[in-house]
Amino acid sequence: MVGLLLAGTIAGREQAALPRLGLPESHDVVGYLARMGFFEAARGIYDFDVPARRASSGGRSDVLLEITSVSSNADVHEVVDRVQGQAGAILTSKLGYPGTAAVQFSVMLSELCQNIIEHADAPGWVAAQAYNWAKRLGRFVVVISVMDVGRGFRGSLAGEHSLRYGDRWGDSTALEAAFLHGLTRFPDSGRGQGIQQIRKQVRRWDGAITIRSGTARIGQVPEWDDAPPLVDGLAPLPGAQVSIILPAKATDAFGTGGA
Amino acid sequence: MTDVPRDPIAIDVGEVLGEVLSDVKRSVTSLYSSLVTRPTGRAVRSAIQLQVEGAGTVSLSLIDFSEVSIIDFSCADEVVAKLLQEYLDDGPPDAYFVFSGVHEPHRDQIETVLTRQALAAVVETHPGAFGLLGKHSAGEARVWGVLEEHGAIDAEEVDALLPGAEDREALGGLVRRRLAFRSPASGRVHALSRLVHHLL
Repeated sequence: MVGLLLAGTIAGREQAALPRLGLPESHDVVGYLARMGFFEAARGIYDFDVPARRASSGGRSDVLLEITSVSSNADVHEVVDRVQGQAGAILTSKLGYPGTAAVQFSVMLSELCQNIIEHADAPGWVAAQAYNWAKRLGRFVVVISVMDVGRGFRGSLAGEHSLRYGDRWGDSTALEAAFLHGLTRFPDSGRGQGIQQIRKQVRRWDGAITIRSGTARIGQVPEWDDAPPLVDGLAPLPGAQVSIILPAKATDAFGTGGA
Repeated sequence: MTDVPRDPIAIDVGEVLGEVLSDVKRSVTSLYSSLVTRPTGRAVRSAIQLQVEGAGTVSLSLIDFSEVSIIDFSCADEVVAKLLQEYLDDGPPDAYFVFSGVHEPHRDQIETVLTRQALAAVVETHPGAFGLLGKHSAGEARVWGVLEEHGAIDAEEVDALLPGAEDREALGGLVRRRLAFRSPASGRVHALSRLVHHLL
């Protein structure tokens, strides 16, 4: 859904009128879009007919954070406040995480949203949702999705770091620089730890994190996933997309937490 | 000249944050006290520094986080690491800090930024119990423990309590890193926790 918003924003830049969005006929899908706050977020990005009746999505998912536009620090405060109110119950009941996980989850969202403001120099969106991945993983997961329409990792880091990479400089090296080495465009030694700390927390929860920007995607891949850690040559993506998947604690043969 | 910093000050970060957030969020009233985003952290640190610098050339502050629900890494860097860095250089103002109300959910963020910047801080880990958080040597931790146990070490007691040269060097290091206070008048070294005890 946040990808649709990004696509609409980019398309709208290249034409005089808002791009037209045709909504699916499925009531479940429309209900799901409504519950995630898609229609509010899409206003001003797409031209679409607001559905007259918001159908139920069948109750198979739980929203932790509706799609929220992020363009200022006040937005980050709002995201953190909203998540604190509802994250704890879902993280505990669906994922089996300890009660204090809501704090780490909020810290993670705060750092992700700040990346949009400080590095993208453009607006973005964040959303988080719990799903039952019964077939794919046999467990509940929480998925966090963050996208922006900014200058991407290569654009953000080029001024400070491209020279030292010479001919190797590109989307994949920029992602490696930020994701693996914590490089940032700021000379301040206190900077660049946001992504590193997010990676650390995701690893603690046995989760997966990927960042896609430009033509490359980099990730920290847990044992349960078989995605390659670095992919180049993808279709160009303006800005950046961060995806985090946090799985429920695995249970052992005795039904106790084993992760 | 007094032997210890005069009138240690207590700074409630939750209160400072409330004032800062009323500017950031304008009409929005938050139910939470979330110390998040760099600009917010910077504004909170500036407000703290105003109070510290108004306290004189030698000051001791108890920075209380107990009303803060969440602190992210950016704010931990701005409010704790950068605050300490600001006063590490020789010369006035000579500022010392003790951090209280650092609950378990805050500890990782604060410890991470301190370690990254090779800093350490005196922190109340549980009510009435203190520890060193951040980067420090085993010798510094040992000597800090001796100082904490005694509350203060007179100049003439140093050799007896810290017979090893390494330990005496570590004591000097604690003073240089503003993790202990040495009285310029008597040479007595004070545990910071004892100097703010009445504020807890």
